Amino acid sequence: MAILEVENIRKSFGSVLVLDDISFSMEKGTVLSIIGSSGSGKTTLLRCLNFLERPDTGIIRVNGETLLDASFPARDFQRNIRLKRLHFGLVFQSFNLFPQYTALENVTLAEKLLAQEKPDWKEKKSEYHRAIEEHGRELLAEMGLQDRMGNYPHQLSGGQCQRVAIARALALNPDILCFDEPTSALDPELTGEVLRVIRGLAERHTTMIIVTHEMAFARDVADEVIFMDGGKICEQGDPKEVFGNPKQERTKQFLSRFSET
Amino acid sequence: MSFSEQFPIVLGSLNTGFLQTLRLFFITLLGAIPLGMVLAVGEMSSFKPLRAVIRTLVWIIRGSPLMIQLLIIFYFPGLVFQTPLWGGGESGRFAAAAVAFVINYACYFCEIFRGGIQGIPVGQDEAGMVLGMKPAQIFFRIKLLQVVKAILPPISNEIITLIKDTSLARIIALQEIIWAGQSFMKGSQGISGAIWPLFFTGVYYLVATGILTIVFAKLEKKLSFFR
Ligand SMILES: Nc1ncnc2c1ncn2[C@@H]1O[C@H](COP(=O)(O)OP(=O)(O)O)[C@@H](O)[C@H]1O
Ligand SMILES: [Mg+2]
Repeated sequence: MAILEVENIRKSFGSVLVLDDISFSMEKGTVLSIIGSSGSGKTTLLRCLNFLERPDTGIIRVNGETLLDASFPARDFQRNIRLKRLHFGLVFQSFNLFPQYTALENVTLAEKLLAQEKPDWKEKKSEYHRAIEEHGRELLAEMGLQDRMGNYPHQLSGGQCQRVAIARALALNPDILCFDEPTSALDPELTGEVLRVIRGLAERHTTMIIVTHEMAFARDVADEVIFMDGGKICEQGDPKEVFGNPKQERTKQFLSRFSET
Repeated sequence: MSFSEQFPIVLGSLNTGFLQTLRLFFITLLGAIPLGMVLAVGEMSSFKPLRAVIRTLVWIIRGSPLMIQLLIIFYFPGLVFQTPLWGGGESGRFAAAAVAFVINYACYFCEIFRGGIQGIPVGQDEAGMVLGMKPAQIFFRIKLLQVVKAILPPISNEIITLIKDTSLARIIALQEIIWAGQSFMKGSQGISGAIWPLFFTGVYYLVATGILTIVFAKLEKKLSFFR
């Protein structure tokens, strides 16, 4: 069964149709890469998946459970929205780390707050905290940041910040981890370290949706590629096919523009 | 009377006056900070009429002299309703001054709070939201300290201005330090025609603003561990 099914998502801002009938699905443990020129609606799509935007139409299902059916009233969208969001993780282009918390605190804060909702929180508070911190340390070590746990975001490079942000998103064990151009805000020499950890996650079969302009990376790491254009899915398929032998004229144009630069 | 005889008498009067100054200062802070928060929340609400009312109030209060507001609040009830709301004595004058100062400073604080809260990038909210945090958690655990850090410089400016602004209450004859200093010009406790006590009040203000400056610099330093 598909881990994620997206059906007929439409979204407009005012009179501008930004997502036009988007449907796709993906399997657990696979990587989906979304490419497309700026303004094609990639960020809006990820924001819909993370319940930061409410689509005008469409359905989002995770593991067969309908999290969103836009034909239901708006009230339904808000109900349990926090818990629905936890199915997804989102890594932002601009990191959005919490500046007053250390790398480790950034990673553990949400998990600690969620633990407060557990029925035995009061009795087992210190055990929970210890386990959560241990988990946070593991995640940061996995990101190659074992020496940086006590540093504040402003003391870290962009690449390190983004790796903290990835650890922070992983901490809540989302079903699907989304990346919105995770290296676009980085100096070119720092993109490698971030792409490397994402590649590592792919090797361990983390289910991921990656919006990126790193074409070589997308081709390498993705099991499936979607090319978006003007709010529509213009072409979709195996990366070797889409990159090596694009069917659509728009895809060819887009990819040729990339190989020039 | 020689200067050395005058000095302790004047000092006693100025101390009493300055106590009233400080009382007005602290009461204003105690009232204006919470009221400013309430106004800021109202100004950010999605209910348009409320926003319009608060914005108009803020415009009127910040757009006109505090001295006029003091005079209106003190004299208006008596002149218009023939009921001197505030009573005649020092306590009545103090109450009127406190109300005027609280309203005035609440409007300034309101704008600082609102600017501080709205100045936090939406990415902070969104990062909290996708991590399953509740709105209150996002505000208190993520944004509040960032807001405090951002508004500390303008708030410290306002508070330092406030200690000096309390002298405006002289206009309704509140017996604060300026009033106390001036009394020796007309004559008080056997001293008359002396202007130096009035000038000497400046020392009190300098000491007070000096202490505030040091305290705020310390606070800013405390919050400099993040950016
Ligand atoms: N909140 C918004 N209000 C109005 N228009 C928006 C908003 N967010 C995005 N858009 C518009 O939607 C279109 C798609 O934007 P986006 O999803 O950010 O594209 P991409 O991430 O592919 O560059 C753009 O034309 C953008 O201007
Ligand atoms: Mg984008």
